[in-house]
Amino acid sequence: MNIIVCAKQVVDVSEMKIDSSTKKPILQGVPQKISDIDKNAMEEAIKIKDKLGGKITVLTLGPSDAKERIKELLAMGADEGVLVTAPDNVDYHMTSTLLAEAVKKIGEYDMILCGEASVDLFSGQIGPRLAGLLNIPQITYALSVTAEKDKVTAERNMGDKAVTTEATYPVLITVTKEINEPRLPSLMQILGAANKPINEWTADSLSSGLKPLVETVDLKGVPMERKNVIYQNDLDESVGKLVDSLAKEGVLGG
Amino acid sequence: MVLVYSENKNLTIEMLSKATEIAKEQKKKVTSAIIGKPDETLAKEYISYGADQVFIAETSLESFKAEEYADILVNIVKETGAETIFIGSNKNGKELSARLGGKLNAGCVVDSNNIYLKNNKLIAERVVYSGNAIAVEQFNSTPAIITVPSKAFDPLKKDDSRKGDITKKKIDSEKSASKIVKVQEMKTEGVNVEDAEIIVSCGRGFKNKDDIKMVQELADVLKGKTVGCSRPIAADLKWMSEDHWIGLSGHKVKPKLYIAAGISGQIQHIAGMRDSGIIVAINKDPEALIFKSADYGIVGDLYEVLPKFTNAVKEKMG
Ligand SMILES: Cc1cc2nc3c(=O)[nH]c(=O)nc-3n(C[C@H](O)[C@H](O)[C@H](O)COP(=O)(O)OP(=O)(O)OC[C@H]3O[C@@H](n4cnc5c(N)ncnc54)[C@H](O)[C@@H]3O)c2cc1C
Ligand SMILES: Nc1ncnc2c1ncn2[C@@H]1O[C@H](COP(=O)(O)O)[C@@H](O)[C@H]1O
Repeated sequence: MNIIVCAKQVVDVSEMKIDSSTKKPILQGVPQKISDIDKNAMEEAIKIKDKLGGKITVLTLGPSDAKERIKELLAMGADEGVLVTAPDNVDYHMTSTLLAEAVKKIGEYDMILCGEASVDLFSGQIGPRLAGLLNIPQITYALSVTAEKDKVTAERNMGDKAVTTEATYPVLITVTKEINEPRLPSLMQILGAANKPINEWTADSLSSGLKPLVETVDLKGVPMERKNVIYQNDLDESVGKLVDSLAKEGVLGG
Repeated sequence: MVLVYSENKNLTIEMLSKATEIAKEQKKKVTSAIIGKPDETLAKEYISYGADQVFIAETSLESFKAEEYADILVNIVKETGAETIFIGSNKNGKELSARLGGKLNAGCVVDSNNIYLKNNKLIAERVVYSGNAIAVEQFNSTPAIITVPSKAFDPLKKDDSRKGDITKKKIDSEKSASKIVKVQEMKTEGVNVEDAEIIVSCGRGFKNKDDIKMVQELADVLKGKTVGCSRPIAADLKWMSEDHWIGLSGHKVKPKLYIAAGISGQIQHIAGMRDSGIIVAINKDPEALIFKSADYGIVGDLYEVLPKFTNAVKEKMG
């Protein structure tokens, strides 16, 4: 079973600071990490490889420093990494097109695993877009995956319905955060990852002349001002004050 | 031409309202698409809510598969010459629109509740970075695909005197290599947190499933009757059904009063409730992030605070 795991390097939104004058988020200097749910995709790939054998390739489109992040996934258990170095301001069209070209260049694959959505932008676009470009079936929002030699079955969270879908290979699956608990690599594995190959391909070498179809023309701040009145002394007194405050705000009762 | 599609009728009607506004500015028409059985009553209803045309793609498909529906929509886009495409932003709609985007090499913005034209360019705004910012996304080409969540736009007034064309056409899709084996209705408790005026939410600070009744009791005296929860309570522990789940990956709510008990206040939870009127936090950890997002807070053990709080509210309200 040849598995490709698509993993994105994202900014850690919980570490994001807001510029106090413009109220806009400051994107520079925010720590980067692998998007959480992509680690779930990685974990699932390892489980499938443990069962059926094969090879796991991590595929990332991002800046050249994303190499460090790919190493984390190699330490978890991927065999090989591919980094497609891309210019800034790529949109979903460019990203999915470049990932599709990279998949073709990687060659033989049975399964592509993605996260249901990346934690920075939370679009959930890349999986289905990529499946559309490659013209392969897509199984989204997987809560569990059972891979066998010639088919895969997945239970999916479709909101008001739980849908069980089966497909032959090749297939693209997007996984949810609930599907598993990603492992933490051991020190030995982290050291071992240094010897695993990471191929670097430029965007231009895969597809030239790509232009964004959607452009982010502005990033507006969303100021949230709260009163931050915190009661922490005597409990009865605190509760009394809280209820008085809520009454004054006019929010008690329907 | 602006094309509107969702299998959800209410969502379609809400999108029609925005679609007619955009189309008018562009001096274009609005087409509503129906995929499946040729339901003329539904088609007429869409016309009464603003559609100039209804395109019915007759298919014999039994269940929704994004692969097949995307194929059909590719055909509908070709037949109708759609330049702007609104798709309802539920789970089906999102995976459908993204696949369609791939197939058509079209730009796509998901979950937008603010759509407008500026210098003749179509703009869709959406929340990013877990609610830390709003991205203003501009389309540079057509077709442009936007998915729209429910309740983003108010429907137009129904007008049965409106006239419109109904076109029916048999459309086939390439058969997908995937097969639906089982469909099960998810357990829901029929709550609608999105419409609630008062929400009391619980998080992992609760030790047992049974203890959640403390939240229900408070909700009852507040006459809010609506209970919410953080992701782990619904997704991992399954103590509550998913219709209670609030946050980035759950429901977005804006009650006038939101009370969070035993919730740490991670940004993904805040993303779902940051538009609330007054936010109250109860947490035993004075450093908990939730206090930064709260108007009022009590530092204390929720097992002590909640019963006292419930009683005090009861007394206050008589
Ligand atoms: C991609 C992604 C999407 C996500 N989407 C969502 C989402 O939609 N909604 C969501 O909620 N989360 C979401 N999360 C998860 C989120 O990051 C947090 O993990 C989650 O919100 C934490 O839930 P919690 O506050 O209930 O639990 P915890 O973080 O464990 O917090 C429990 C809190 O209870 C307090 N506590 C414990 N005992 C007591 C007591 N006796 N009395 C008072 N206080 C007590 C503790 O001090 C602590 O602050 C998402 C995460 C990711 C990565
Ligand atoms: N730049 C990227 N490189 C590799 N995989 C990506 C990239 N962007 C998105 N993905 C994959 O697509 C999923 C959904 O991302 P998104 O569409 O941004 O929400 C992620 O969880 C990844 O698996």
